[in-house]
Amino acid sequence: MSDTPKLPRITPFGETAVLFEAATSLDLDVQRRIWAFAETVETWRGVVEIVPGIDNLLVVYEPRELAFDRIVSRLAEVWLRTGPLDRSPRVIEIPVIYGGANGPDLPAIATAAGLSVREAAEIHAAPDYMVCALGSQPGFGYLAGLDPRLATPRRAEPRLNVGAGAVVIGGTQAGVIARASPSGWHIVGQTPVEFFDLANPTPALLAPGDTVRFRIEQVLS
Amino acid sequence: MSDSGSIEVVETGLLNTVQDLGRPGLRKFGVGSAGAMDGFALAAANLMVGNPIGAAGIEVTTFPFRIRINARRRIAATGADARFVVGDQMLPPWWSIRVEPGTEIRFEAPRHGMRGYLAVAGGIAVAEVLGSRSTDLKAGFGGADGRMLERGQSLPLGSREGDCSAGWDCFGIAPPEKRMPLMPPLDVGDGTTVVRVLPAAEHGELTDEARTAFWTSEWQLSTSSNRVGYRLVGPALRLHRPIELLSHGILPGVIQLPPSGQPMIQMSDANTCGGYPKIGLVIGADLWRLAQVRLGRRIRFVEVSLAQALAARDELDAALAAIRRTTSRLLTKTGWPAN
Repeated sequence: MSDTPKLPRITPFGETAVLFEAATSLDLDVQRRIWAFAETVETWRGVVEIVPGIDNLLVVYEPRELAFDRIVSRLAEVWLRTGPLDRSPRVIEIPVIYGGANGPDLPAIATAAGLSVREAAEIHAAPDYMVCALGSQPGFGYLAGLDPRLATPRRAEPRLNVGAGAVVIGGTQAGVIARASPSGWHIVGQTPVEFFDLANPTPALLAPGDTVRFRIEQVLS
Repeated sequence: MSDSGSIEVVETGLLNTVQDLGRPGLRKFGVGSAGAMDGFALAAANLMVGNPIGAAGIEVTTFPFRIRINARRRIAATGADARFVVGDQMLPPWWSIRVEPGTEIRFEAPRHGMRGYLAVAGGIAVAEVLGSRSTDLKAGFGGADGRMLERGQSLPLGSREGDCSAGWDCFGIAPPEKRMPLMPPLDVGDGTTVVRVLPAAEHGELTDEARTAFWTSEWQLSTSSNRVGYRLVGPALRLHRPIELLSHGILPGVIQLPPSGQPMIQMSDANTCGGYPKIGLVIGADLWRLAQVRLGRRIRFVEVSLAQALAARDELDAALAAIRRTTSRLLTKTGWPAN
């Protein structure tokens, strides 16, 4: 927890939304509070959409039902009595083939960290990752928990097309590409798991708060 | 009575897509809203053919665009002042007409405005994806298989509601700029489009010089602008100090300041989240006007209060309600055309 509790910042985001920022140093407890808070706020009359972010929550509302002053005071007040989401997280296991043609950036990341390709894959698959937020593309989860030895700044030139299932690293974050798209993240492996399936009533596999575990299927050199 | 008509794309260019009013509400899954850039024009076109405002139509950004219709239907064209040619007849903008099977409909390059909209009675009946028929080009779903329209493609029409033989054969309605006295003037020639903006969280972090430049400059709309976002060219804006923000949800209309100092505005195909400092938000009632600014033209921002933004929203809703009343009379022949 942070030493001195800071007041959250709530700012207008156009005439139909406000951005709530917890304004603390990012930690897991605050993120768990954000998710619990999002679940509460979503049920309010006049709230039309919520988008949880990292340490923040965008709240879209109907100003004819809920005035700006009212939503600001209510958010501030309810945040103070919102505790962390205490559900035990869902655990989602992701089998990965590391390296080779489907993980072209793994050798360079391993070399930079003074590791073998095998060690780098083991370090990537070791931690429990937390899904912080979904965004950037349908079903893409921003995963926290990457071992700092594997953290790598994004590519200067994004690849124009990265296929779904690419297991990627961007800065200190990890993820899995959910829809084929351009991406500046580094590709370390491939999984057959679908992260966004329109045939499914809940198309996104991940939800904020979930735990993701990568499992080594194979390491190719 | 219903028939299963279709339209065939005879000639098209890049970025012409099927759009309705989008799929908002799914940003928490990383799914953007997409939808017509000029939602007002699409809603009006739908009303002019007797559709619900959210029926799917075609957003035309690249001209000429030609289709052939294989059904007896009412159609309407709104948005950019495209030369709208039906058979061999050139029609004024914001016009509704009944056409026979086999009729060819053509949009020529607009004299002003950027995007034209075509509505057909019954709507374009491509499959709904997550509650909407809008094409999401980035995600690759919605509309015609998630892609821009191609020559030779056939699009199904929904079964039309009501009797096609009722109502005037053709009629026009006044374009929106005549209906909204609160609205700043539109660019109808070589002028600058003024859009209304509410300051956002990091507006106060601009240097004094940058703040003045933001509100007084004429920003040129870069030619690399598209449905995802508009890039603006003008003086480089600086902040008092560099700001690093954690990723948060964003909406179309947000004006962000990347490190280059050149602002950008997220549009209909906006990302669902971002972290650049945000200077302001173009008010909802002006997003359709932004949609009609041509590449290379200029934009100026004018600051409004929350109360003014809400009044503008009411004015836009009232204008659409007036179109609804007018068209329902014209479509039942209880009112006069060309009001």
